[in-house]
Amino acid sequence: MKRTAILLTITTTLVVALALSTLAANKPPQKGEVLPVMNLPMPKNPVEKGYLGLSGDGSFKIPQIKANVVIVEIFSMYCPYCQKDAPGINELYNLIENNSDLKNKIKLIGIGAGNSTYEVEVFKKTYTVPFPLFPDKDFTIHKACGEVRTPYFIVVKINDDKTHQIVHSQLGDYPGAEPFLELVLKSSGLKQ
Amino acid sequence: MQTKQFASFIMIVGILSFFAFVPVAFGISEAYKENIYNVGTLKPLDSVLKVKVGNRAPSFALPAVSGENVSLSQYQGKKNVVISFVPAAWTPVCSDQWPGYNIAKSIFDENDAILLGITVDNIPTLFAWTNQMGKLWFSVLSDFWPHGAVAKKFGVLRSNGVTERALFVIDKKGIIRYIDVHDINQRPPLEDLANALEKLGK
Repeated sequence: MKRTAILLTITTTLVVALALSTLAANKPPQKGEVLPVMNLPMPKNPVEKGYLGLSGDGSFKIPQIKANVVIVEIFSMYCPYCQKDAPGINELYNLIENNSDLKNKIKLIGIGAGNSTYEVEVFKKTYTVPFPLFPDKDFTIHKACGEVRTPYFIVVKINDDKTHQIVHSQLGDYPGAEPFLELVLKSSGLKQ
Repeated sequence: MQTKQFASFIMIVGILSFFAFVPVAFGISEAYKENIYNVGTLKPLDSVLKVKVGNRAPSFALPAVSGENVSLSQYQGKKNVVISFVPAAWTPVCSDQWPGYNIAKSIFDENDAILLGITVDNIPTLFAWTNQMGKLWFSVLSDFWPHGAVAKKFGVLRSNGVTERALFVIDKKGIIRYIDVHDINQRPPLEDLANALEKLGK
């Protein structure tokens, strides 16, 4: 009898835990939410570190980036659409950097789902990507983001008190640099 | 007897829960839209290699999506050859493997190597599938008929008729210099192949 009770408890716990983990795993980041936990390695390159306004070593979280808005692209060097969109995303970076009003307000980063440091570097070199790219070799971040298909864009608004919220997210369908920048400006409130 | 049964139950639950909590992760590109068939988690390996490093690679000739017939011997004395067997078209990990090689041509060029991608799918399927990857610089060969004959020669044909996710590096003399029969559920890291290619020159 006691044994049956133990068996039942173990089975129930497993089923409940599995159901919860499945629920948690299937949710891509959406507008109005906060980001899932993402620990990114501090860039070694001082230029990238400066671009993001970070200091120190170890890891950092996206809301620590010195900006009003951070655009996050979940990509993969193995993904054909990410490859096709790469020049257009570079153009978005250039549009922002060449605009003195926006330069220090909007930052752009990429996270390579399932990509090693080496693989992220191949992508960076192939497309001369000017903004920081981070590896996510064991899919930790990808899993936290509900295993979204790639490319997946997340626009995060960072408030003065360092709280943040997602103001826009979309799967693929990159419309080009100018329309996307317009969308970022409107959804984040940088442009009324 | 009852204690034994209890122990077995706990073991089974333990094993099942391990798989339940360690789902295999893979990235799927939006390029394939809803057309990727999820095969779930498969037995990592399901074949026995028939070749080893140092052996002469088995000879073969297969039809390519481009329409030509490609043989291994045509590269002998001219190019190092990388063979990438992937299990099947329209499946999760495979669909996000060759597009990476497609932007890493310089790694092959720098080591005087070419790439042959092989699956057991037929040519029309391979045509439709690889079209989603953009224009590929390497040959894609079909080991469809006699089914998986080339994969069988290398010892990478699985019991259900698809191949392992396997990489072979063959030097200009036709000798196998590197083998990675990878866990079918995971993509081999590019740096491992790049390192193997770099060693060819040494």
